[in-house]
Amino acid sequence: MRRVVVTGFGTVNALALDGPGTLQAFREGRCGIGQLGFRDAERLTIRIGAEVKGWWGENHFLVKDLPLYDRVAQYALVAGAEAMAMAGLPQGLGPRGGVILGTAAGGIRTWEDSYRAVFAEGRNRVSPLVVPRLMHNAPASHLSIRFGLQGPVLAVSSACASANHAMGLAFQQIRAGAADVMLTGGAEAMLCFGGIKAWEGLRVLAPDACRPFSLGRKGMVIGDGAGVLVFEAEEHARARGARVLAEVAGVGMTADSGDIVAPSADGAARAMRAALQDAGMAVGDVDYINAHGTGTLANDRAETAAIREVFGDAPPPVSSTKSMHGHAIGATGALEAIACLMALTEGLLPPTLGYLAADPDCPLDVVPNVARPARVRATLSNAFAFGGLNAVLAFRAA
Amino acid sequence: MSASRAEIEAAVVAILAKQLLLSPGEVAADARVDEMGLDSLGKVEAIFGLEERFGIAIPFNANEPDQPDFDFSSVPSIVAGVERLIAQKTA
Repeated sequence: MRRVVVTGFGTVNALALDGPGTLQAFREGRCGIGQLGFRDAERLTIRIGAEVKGWWGENHFLVKDLPLYDRVAQYALVAGAEAMAMAGLPQGLGPRGGVILGTAAGGIRTWEDSYRAVFAEGRNRVSPLVVPRLMHNAPASHLSIRFGLQGPVLAVSSACASANHAMGLAFQQIRAGAADVMLTGGAEAMLCFGGIKAWEGLRVLAPDACRPFSLGRKGMVIGDGAGVLVFEAEEHARARGARVLAEVAGVGMTADSGDIVAPSADGAARAMRAALQDAGMAVGDVDYINAHGTGTLANDRAETAAIREVFGDAPPPVSSTKSMHGHAIGATGALEAIACLMALTEGLLPPTLGYLAADPDCPLDVVPNVARPARVRATLSNAFAFGGLNAVLAFRAA
Repeated sequence: MSASRAEIEAAVVAILAKQLLLSPGEVAADARVDEMGLDSLGKVEAIFGLEERFGIAIPFNANEPDQPDFDFSSVPSIVAGVERLIAQKTA
């Protein structure tokens, strides 16, 4: 089987509109969570989120093209262009290039705006571009069109694990020989009135801050953004002299087959073990785990139990960067993969912000509040979704 | 809207019973929620049901085990909480 490497990445998220700015925020332990500013936010109980700041579509796209792009596609296109430029890939990879992107809510703002127009405002028609704007595959398709990628192109939707599932499948496409280069990751733009109103009902959102694994945590904080990585066959990357950032070493995918929302430590542990086995790694090889770490009571307890089940009584440091970029749902795994790339390339572990005190139910070294230098040979990146769907990626230093 | 304590208790029992797939007669007036086996989704659905029935907003966060803002542990505690919220609304 062919080895797969990462040769580029790009992102738009609450911390920055690009990769370098995001890494700087990870280094500094800066938080992107703040007061929500979108229309009707004052009617919500939960008023905080990790919104992308200072976003003007006109700065990134031709005015004539903008009506075709929901915000979720805009983020994906800008992140994808940054990733392609970093990788130094030529246009026109044709059938040997593809795109697999995760998203949970797709063009939810387009749904919201259109329903508002016809139901609340009594209008009788909506833009003819509504369908191509809101479809879940729009971000993947626009990247395919923009960069001439004509091989496997599709969208993956598995709630909070969407991006990890997408990257796992992209990895497998290259490993199996179906493509040489895949743009992969996820995009999400759920921070709108309907998006948060829906989440509020589950009573799992924090009103104040995201404090993963900490005593006093009150839940998750939703974020927006996109992360796109360039996965490439190692032989293809070496042949063109590309800079290799890390190896994508393995993926583990499992289902709890239990509850539709409550997490299972067993399903999470099986996914981590499967990723290690796929990567040919022993537990002692892993120097950092980027946790799912949502900041809910239930996730953080179950994830801690799973990590200790797999890694024993002395697991490696674990951090949740959701405390900085928020829980970007279908994009979050891609942002967290970028955090893993920083750990692998810079030897710096991104912190878990908002940490107040140790929770006896979460006995982990969570790299509290401040980034930490460390030797990092390999990392895991966890994603555990509603629906009981788990996807764990294993990365190895180049 | 004003509601008597008996009306509130009947509504609480009926809404919990619906989530538990029981008849209201099977939910005791002093029943404890966890002992009845209500799962997390049943709990948030029951809260939604109470909010819709009485036009109130119940401050409940599943991540706060001691439930400082709204005690959802038993039928009497829920009835008292709903009563308080209705009184605040009409005050």
